[in-house]
Amino acid sequence: MNLALFTPELSLVVTAVLVILLDLFIKQKGWLAAVSIIGLAVSAGFSVGLWNGSPQATFNNMLAVDNYAVFFKLLFAGIAVLVILASTEYVAKFQRFQGEYYALILLSALGMMLMAATTELISLFVSLELVNLSLYVLVGFLKDNKSTEASLKYLLLSAVASAVLLFGMALVFGFTGQTQLGEIAAVITRMSGSSLAANPALIVGIVLMIAGFGFKIAMVPFQMWVPDVYEGAPTPITAYLSVGSKAAGFAIILRIFYAAFIGPTDLSFNWGMIFAVMSAITMTAGNIVAIQQNNIKRMLGYSSIAQAGYLMVGLATVGLVHGDSAAGQAPLLFFLVSYSLTNLAAFFAIIAISNKTGSDMIDDFKGMGKRSPWLAAALTLAMVSLIGMPPAAGFMAKFYIFSTAVQNDLLWLVIIAVINSVISAFYYLRVVKMMWMSEAASQEKVPASSALVVALMLCCAGVLLFGLLPGLAMKMSGLASMLGL
Amino acid sequence: MGLLSAIIFLPVIGAIIIALVPRLPERAVKWLAAIFSFITLVLAILLFFKFDRSAGMIGVMQFGGNPLSWIPAINSFYHVGVDGISLPLVLLMAVLGFLVVLISWKVHLRVKEYFIWLLLLETSILGVFTSLDLLLFFLFWEIEIVPMYFLISIWGTGRRSYSAMKYVIFTLVGSAFMLAGILALYFTSNPHSLDMMEIAKNISFASGAIPLTAIFFFLIIGFAVKLPVFPLHTWLPDAHTDAPTGVSVVLAGALLKMGGYGMIRVVSIFPEVARTWSPLFVILAVIGILYGAAVTLRQTDLKRMIAYSSVSHMGYVLLGIFALSQVSMVGASLQMFSHGIVTGLLFAMAGLVMHNAEERDLRKLGGLANQVPLIAIVFSLAGLASLGLPLTSGFAAEFLVFVGSFSSAIVPHIQIYTLLSAIGVVLAAGYILWMIQRVFFGPALEKFKAVKDADRLEMVYMTVLVGLILWIGIYPSILTDIFNMGVTPIARLFVP
Repeated sequence: MNLALFTPELSLVVTAVLVILLDLFIKQKGWLAAVSIIGLAVSAGFSVGLWNGSPQATFNNMLAVDNYAVFFKLLFAGIAVLVILASTEYVAKFQRFQGEYYALILLSALGMMLMAATTELISLFVSLELVNLSLYVLVGFLKDNKSTEASLKYLLLSAVASAVLLFGMALVFGFTGQTQLGEIAAVITRMSGSSLAANPALIVGIVLMIAGFGFKIAMVPFQMWVPDVYEGAPTPITAYLSVGSKAAGFAIILRIFYAAFIGPTDLSFNWGMIFAVMSAITMTAGNIVAIQQNNIKRMLGYSSIAQAGYLMVGLATVGLVHGDSAAGQAPLLFFLVSYSLTNLAAFFAIIAISNKTGSDMIDDFKGMGKRSPWLAAALTLAMVSLIGMPPAAGFMAKFYIFSTAVQNDLLWLVIIAVINSVISAFYYLRVVKMMWMSEAASQEKVPASSALVVALMLCCAGVLLFGLLPGLAMKMSGLASMLGL
Repeated sequence: MGLLSAIIFLPVIGAIIIALVPRLPERAVKWLAAIFSFITLVLAILLFFKFDRSAGMIGVMQFGGNPLSWIPAINSFYHVGVDGISLPLVLLMAVLGFLVVLISWKVHLRVKEYFIWLLLLETSILGVFTSLDLLLFFLFWEIEIVPMYFLISIWGTGRRSYSAMKYVIFTLVGSAFMLAGILALYFTSNPHSLDMMEIAKNISFASGAIPLTAIFFFLIIGFAVKLPVFPLHTWLPDAHTDAPTGVSVVLAGALLKMGGYGMIRVVSIFPEVARTWSPLFVILAVIGILYGAAVTLRQTDLKRMIAYSSVSHMGYVLLGIFALSQVSMVGASLQMFSHGIVTGLLFAMAGLVMHNAEERDLRKLGGLANQVPLIAIVFSLAGLASLGLPLTSGFAAEFLVFVGSFSSAIVPHIQIYTLLSAIGVVLAAGYILWMIQRVFFGPALEKFKAVKDADRLEMVYMTVLVGLILWIGIYPSILTDIFNMGVTPIARLFVP
């Protein structure tokens, strides 16, 4: 057991504990954020050291350390750093539990990293629950009515989803006798086609697992929690939920379905088609309901449901890919990076604006273009990226993911997806319109803490960079999609 | 390639400079925009003269240089170039780009943002005309949407929010189909390539799951929304009418040409499909010409009238392209250039009338020739060019389209369609002369006593545009020779 492979996670645990302990002694809570960020940087540094090494398994084949896992370690570390930067102003208003806030973000990041690295069903469940438990508390952190209600809703629905997931995993275990993904794949491929059809248990298990994960990635029809939880949670946590837990959900789905259920081809065709159909329904439902929203956090909640739909096009491609090529994964990973930066940029701009106007309603964004042009420009860039228009990263991401889909006989799905992008343009542009066209209620500037501004600038720079020069990021996604085990 | 890239990116560099320099006074913004667009124009004229017109260069993309690898993962390159078809269109955009800055000199609301969006728009249109890589083409095509949305909805008039959103949604739907077509084209071509020239040359279409006709239509729909082709034209009157004057000039002058340019390229990639479906498009062209002209006759708003006349005029372009003969396609290209200048001038003059007389309803205007003789003369000249009076560029273009279509041996029964389209000229004469008469002639009205005539700045662009109209009308071969160079290889695909 080579502990050197586990250093990113270990450093995160140490940092989390350190932050909780320091909270007892330090009066200046700003240092806690600094310590957390340093810890995340250390963890990211260790991860970079593990990049492009030969794929290895640790902990008795329960965790893999391959390019895929390292890619996600870096992604989650980056997301956590940005969220912590954006939360400093929020946290400064809390009376107590500042240390716990940062520690919970670190622990959930740890859980997400483990989710991306895990190759075994039980450790998957453990890491999933680590993420969930941390997020339950974080969602309810404000302790007002809305926040508590959101946290309770999240907890109850998530518990049901985890139960369904566990049942599905139990069925798969019962059918194959294995919990390690590679061994599951071996057992399934050893069976002939007829005994697969004769044993519907496996299919039911897979469907239940899709249902359990579907909750995490907010797939229709498991998306009902999203608007309420997004609205009630503190906005930095909403941002974190919308990118971190979604990316983690996709990471684990891709890992499981690619590693365990990829063969034989009619099996992967089945779940590929399930994802394709669910993708079409999800993006359409998300976009159409988003048109009606007046609260920007709910609107972005439905928008993230639709974006999950686009991501699922990539999942469908992985299932339907002819032969054994890794074509489907790379665009999905690139889309996750682009989506993370974009959504974080959108939410960070909203944090600053909502702080000033005291409201989350889209109508109160009127005239922001005059009051704080740079914040409005950042939010506009994020909206443009979410629609999928150049020069933002969202365009490249959609182009990449749709092109591999077309290559694998999913032209019908791509047409639905592109039409959905057009529909979504309406509600994204409505926010833009409010900010730049309408007259402002007051003329005061919108203050934003420098940490938030730094985070926002980093996200916007990333969106523009990956929109105009995506070559390096696409190459990294390609390298990361070689799932070792 | 350096020269082309400079032409494409200079305007946006100007836009970035205007955006980043804080507290720039209004005059400085306008002068900066004028300088950058003027340098772009000079470089474009230089490009025009450096273009190699020898016979050996027919069909060859010039100033292409070596494509730079951009996104290796999808085989996409930064590849730009001009040939006979795109060079005059680049020149058109460069000319209009500079003149629009002059036309917009009197804008006082949020000047900095206006010129930033305007310069960004110029870059994106220049990029569309010069891109040889499909992804690059699509990128520039999409980039123009955001500036247009802001320009129409902030500085426009009337139902500007509605018109801007309508424009965006229509264009996005068209682009959605175009994207599907581009992706399908990428995967059907063997080897997978996004390069327009490569696809057109060595297309060995593997029998893919997607039929060629479907790909053709996906691509054409995107361009058909832009041109616009009946019945996808309904965004145009609203967008043109409610946009500010300068933006209407760019919209009518250059943006619509992106549709025509794209159609010519698609026709050259899919000759067989184009030949099979050409009757459909010719019929749509005739409908567009006649319906557009008929609706124009009923308009009472000055700008809306010119907008509908654009629908009619672009019908000639569609007719010329899908008649699939050498002469008709040259005519269509010349009509694109001519319409850009003529209708650009018409919108500029309409904007002047609206600004100085503060009236746009044709029923309430009258007798303005007494107060603004200069505007009246130029407006009338532009109107006469629009209806195709000989010695104007409009005549040269429409004549070539008609002769080319009539003599085209490729589309059956095209003579009937050509004759029907010729009726469009009569209708054009009707609405143009009636419009001029209603606005300028007749007894002088008391309420317009103090209306000011064009000042010196306005005389500059009026003279340039009138000069161009007459120059090309009298000696069209400066342009048709160049168009010929680009059209000849395409026409060769259709020789029966």
